[in-house]
Amino acid sequence: MRALEVESLRKNFGGFAALRGVDLHVDEGELFGLIGPNGSGKTTFFNCVTGILKCSAGKVAFKGREITNSGPDAICRMGIGRTFQLIELFPGMTVLENMLLALQERQGRMLGRLFRIREEANERQALELLEFLRIAHVQDELARDLSYGEQKLLDFGMVMMSKPDLILLDEPTCGVEIEMRQEMMHHIKELNKQGTTIIVIEHNMDVVMNLCTRIVVLDTGEKIAEGSPREIQNNQKVIDAYFGAEE
Amino acid sequence: MTQANQRLTLRNVVIGWGCALLLLLLPVLVFKSQYLLYLSSLTCIYMIVACGLNIILGYAGQISLAQAGFLGIGAYVCALLGPALSFWVALPLAGLICFVVGLGLGFPSLRVKTHFLAMVTLGFTVIVYLILVNEEKWTGGPFGVFNIPRPKIGHLSFSSPANYHIIVALVTFILLLLAFWGLNSQWGRAFKAIRENEGRAEMLGVSLRNYKLMAFAIGSAFAGIGGALIAPLFGYIDPTMFALGFSFQFLLMVVVGGAGRFEGPVLGAMIFALLPEALRVTEKFFPVIFALAAILIMVFMPKGSVSAVDWAYKKLTGKEEPHLTK
Repeated sequence: MRALEVESLRKNFGGFAALRGVDLHVDEGELFGLIGPNGSGKTTFFNCVTGILKCSAGKVAFKGREITNSGPDAICRMGIGRTFQLIELFPGMTVLENMLLALQERQGRMLGRLFRIREEANERQALELLEFLRIAHVQDELARDLSYGEQKLLDFGMVMMSKPDLILLDEPTCGVEIEMRQEMMHHIKELNKQGTTIIVIEHNMDVVMNLCTRIVVLDTGEKIAEGSPREIQNNQKVIDAYFGAEE
Repeated sequence: MTQANQRLTLRNVVIGWGCALLLLLLPVLVFKSQYLLYLSSLTCIYMIVACGLNIILGYAGQISLAQAGFLGIGAYVCALLGPALSFWVALPLAGLICFVVGLGLGFPSLRVKTHFLAMVTLGFTVIVYLILVNEEKWTGGPFGVFNIPRPKIGHLSFSSPANYHIIVALVTFILLLLAFWGLNSQWGRAFKAIRENEGRAEMLGVSLRNYKLMAFAIGSAFAGIGGALIAPLFGYIDPTMFALGFSFQFLLMVVVGGAGRFEGPVLGAMIFALLPEALRVTEKFFPVIFALAAILIMVFMPKGSVSAVDWAYKKLTGKEEPHLTK
């Protein structure tokens, strides 16, 4: 079954077309890569899928259900989670609170949340995840006081917390040291093994080629290639997009 | 830096609220002077209204200058309907009306932010003021409403300052307890998340519309109930008592007390109700000294005067003071 199906997705910013009719699909359980040079429209694509930006045209469907232009909160509650290229946390809240928030809105109704004060089960789950990510020792620290790498892990942990069916990772290893990068790749693979569908945007080709089973390449808002890592590596259009075509 | 996040135990919460109830009722036992009892009741009402604003501003991060308007609505509902229906009907009705109007006022917060939102809510207070002045047939116009009675239950009258303070103290206790409950539930965390990072909160499923509207509605209802208590306390109300300046005063109570901390507006309300009285001896220099005191608090305690309490707690116990809400 298709986890995500996108048809002829367009996004215009005034006269500038950031996405020009992108078609792609991601199957359930797939670890899918989305790459392309800077400004090719990868993050815009994520923003359109997750409802942050309204699509100018086209269709987005999640598990067969159309979600085009639904609100970000509704899309999240349907089971799509994402991380951001520039980390987006709640800086004045503790690590544990950040984790708990990531889960609470997927449980029950709003009125019921007014009566939910004790959250032992959620706290247990959050602590297990923090231990898995090896940042349990900072659970009571404010998010703003964490190192960059720890913040990246927390961002990732928050997405894992709500157990979404589809996760969109926007440059998960950007700006982190090699050791942390390996750790992050390990976590992504583990998560995928557990059955979560993952789409990764990444500039680091080693990471993409190691992680993903299928890759789509965007350039100036258009899909220019699709295939396995090996096929993408040898694709002339991709090489031209990254290094420039010969005159 | 470690966040002061020692968990509050149920035992501590029960003891704390028991002490709070005693403190709120203490003036009845201690003060004989009508003036001091009046001041105690006024402080309690300020606490309610400032606590409501703290939910909107301190927790949900939405600026509002509408508290004076809601205080006015609550006061006029109580003054006009109280004698006809009964104070006990008018009190919750004032809260309910302000809840609904606050819900409506919350809608602009979905479209505009920061100082633009301040302008919208400021406009609301001005509109309420103009209605109170101009709808003479209903509101008594600039002359206001006289002889607002204090409540009774059968033969038991609450007209004496001491008896009336019992009502004010109990309502204050109940409302602060409800706020404490709500802010310690998952709603409190959602409010804080909106304040901290609205976009990310929405990406995690937090409905900005629902939570912002509820923050506005609840905060406004608190102000409405405060208004319904203030009308019988004064015995007379007129529109100038609910003009824009009063909204700024509540804003200052929250900020000077400590926005986003449960005990902040309680402290702010005490400062704003009691400090002017303490400074009466300075006569004409009072406004200057009062303003200077507020400026000094903000300069040396940018997180509000509640940070002085934190500092004292740490000095005495060697531990961080536990936060009262999520």
